[in-house]
Amino acid sequence: MSLLTRKSTDLLHWIDYRLPIIQAFKTHMSEYYAPKNLNFWYFFGVLAMLAFANQLLSGIWLTMFYTPTIESAFASIEYIMRDVESGWIIRYMHEVGASFFFIAVYLHIYRGFLYGSYKKPRELVWLIGMFIYLLMMAEGFFGYVLPFGNMSFWGAKVIMNIIGVIPVIGEDLQIWVQGDFFISGATLSRFFAFHVALVPIILIAGIYLHVIALHQVGSNNPEGIDIKAHKDENGIPLDGIPFHPYYTVHDLIPVVLFILAFFVTIFYFPDGGGFFIEPPNYIPANNLSTPDHITPVWYFTPFYAMLRAVTITFLGMDAKFWGLIVITGAILVLFFLPWLDRSPVKSLRYKGRVSKAFLMIWTFCFIGLGVLGIKPADWAPEWVSPTFTIIYFAYFLLMPFYTRWETCKTVPERITANGQRSR
Amino acid sequence: MKLLYLTITLTLLSTALLAAESPVELLSANTDIQDKASLRRGAYLFINQCTSCHSAKYMRYARLARDLEISEEEVVDNMLRFGATKISDTISSAMTPDAGEKAYGIAPPDLTLEAKYRGVDWVYSYLMGFYKDEKTTFGYNNRVMNNVAMPWILASSQESMSEEEFSRDMRDLTNFMDYMAEPIKPWRQNFGKYVIIFLLVLLIPVWLLKREYWRDIHGLRSPTSV
Ligand code: HEC
Ligand code: HEM
Repeated sequence: MSLLTRKSTDLLHWIDYRLPIIQAFKTHMSEYYAPKNLNFWYFFGVLAMLAFANQLLSGIWLTMFYTPTIESAFASIEYIMRDVESGWIIRYMHEVGASFFFIAVYLHIYRGFLYGSYKKPRELVWLIGMFIYLLMMAEGFFGYVLPFGNMSFWGAKVIMNIIGVIPVIGEDLQIWVQGDFFISGATLSRFFAFHVALVPIILIAGIYLHVIALHQVGSNNPEGIDIKAHKDENGIPLDGIPFHPYYTVHDLIPVVLFILAFFVTIFYFPDGGGFFIEPPNYIPANNLSTPDHITPVWYFTPFYAMLRAVTITFLGMDAKFWGLIVITGAILVLFFLPWLDRSPVKSLRYKGRVSKAFLMIWTFCFIGLGVLGIKPADWAPEWVSPTFTIIYFAYFLLMPFYTRWETCKTVPERITANGQRSR
Repeated sequence: MKLLYLTITLTLLSTALLAAESPVELLSANTDIQDKASLRRGAYLFINQCTSCHSAKYMRYARLARDLEISEEEVVDNMLRFGATKISDTISSAMTPDAGEKAYGIAPPDLTLEAKYRGVDWVYSYLMGFYKDEKTTFGYNNRVMNNVAMPWILASSQESMSEEEFSRDMRDLTNFMDYMAEPIKPWRQNFGKYVIIFLLVLLIPVWLLKREYWRDIHGLRSPTSV
């Protein structure tokens, strides 16, 4: 035993001499000091990472059996579901995994809203995060087209036509991306390449940079207290604890719970009640039969509702074009959040009433838009989605004003002894 | 903060409630996918009555034999139809799509995934939904699919059987179509509970581990003192 221990220590040092793994472990794990009051909102970064690893692994397996041609894409999915050994569970892990990935990331981003995680000095962490989110949306879109069911096809068609409405370059751009004049075999095979190679590679790089940038400045916390303001004689934050072992063992609990929820879904609700796989995707793509109503997968629906909310022709431009402007703006505005929020405090716990009320209304509208995007266009009165869209923007665009003018509570100097919130 | 969480919960709850509406009144199928006898009856019904027009081109006879515990000889002797010669073949139909389109104006669709596409309640309601209607050209119609192009092939059995017998048959048929749309479904629903129990048990040591490590965190002044 002791020989074994000695040998492995030798090996470790042999490697470390050539590749700084011990230092890396210290910097990012055992000597990375995280605030001791991180709550459940802080699980979702790790959970997103877990979900991403699951997508990579299950995705590689699927790639072995999937065929990216119009003739056989749909059939190859059924082949995986029926004839490939354990193929069904691999496919469900990938399909349910995509939705769980988005759930984790949406909650992860929302945590940023709550505790002002995007504020100085974490602007880059936020920007890289937003970049990741954009890539995830692209990844989700390309992936949904691959089974080439009827919703894959019509969804792709709708999105591609949106590109087509961009003035001057739109049509050429659409043809360039599609690789053809319509959604064809050329489109499918290039979407496959994007989905399994291009986007994942950039995603891996993005996630790496995201974590490195975070560890450079350290994690924020629910109180928004800067733990680096009070350090001991060794330069260690007094309110920090080493990530390893404290948060590693801590995070194991949500990890097991997440996996639990994941497998309950896989074994009992693999279609996610029609939200993860929409019923029209159980028939092959058919150019002649439009689904009753075309809806994207749930994680796109808030933006889809905004797209449909715009119905006016303006300055000689089609409503679709203005819809495109609106959703582009809706996503772009998130990038500017660190500079829109002028509050002297980070966490919502210490912000004023306006911030609290506005976030509440915004949340209602965002989820509301998500629902509207799933339903047929005439499901709610006409004014609802434009109103929600306006509130969505107002929350951000008015932020420089209300965050500056409202009265905030004073943030304590230190995280209190029991690590709980102070009142 | 509490108010915020309340808003989120309420919004999500109301969403869940809103999601539960359906445009047409559907009968509830009440099928039990674990009931092998029902699935077997459904399989015979499907193969005898439906494959003259519909295929199920992703469903293999061999899989059906194994899952539903029907012997291979029985399948080869009594179930293979219309071009299927080996047990590893899939369920094909007597009619090419073109011939179907010529005969009925619309090709009878492949039914492998029908139960997933429309839902079991819809399929059951459809099968139960044929009725006499003098207003149409052929004198019948369907409750969930107006001006249906499919012939009322079930008319004779519907007449010769009691209401109960007929609905049992249709339930078995629907059950089989549900199975056919995802042959792993009965198995996964059975096996899932072991995975869940395993993970629940795993939660205990994981939770104890965390508690053990965090025991001293409250008095913690500086991490170097650990
Ligand atoms: C004589 C030919 C024929 C036979 C036999 C037949 N069908 Fe059909 N079926 C059709 C045609 C044609 C359609 C298309 C109806 C339409 O779209 O109006 C159809 C449609 C259907 C649909 C609806 C498909 C959809 O649009 O979602 C179902 C379900 C169905 N059949 C089930 C069955 C079952 C189960 C049997 C066996 C009991 C059966 N059919 C036997 C010709 C047939
Ligand atoms: C693939 C997706 C992502 C992964 C794997 C990931 C991973 C992580 C991890 C592990 C952390 C540290 C733990 C935590 O605070 O939860 C973190 C922090 C953070 N992430 Fe992400 N992230 C992802 C996407 C995003 C997105 C889309 C955003 C928002 C635009 C974002 C913004 C942030 C911010 C601001 C922090 C710092 C939080 C704080 O210190 O309070 N991340 N991320």
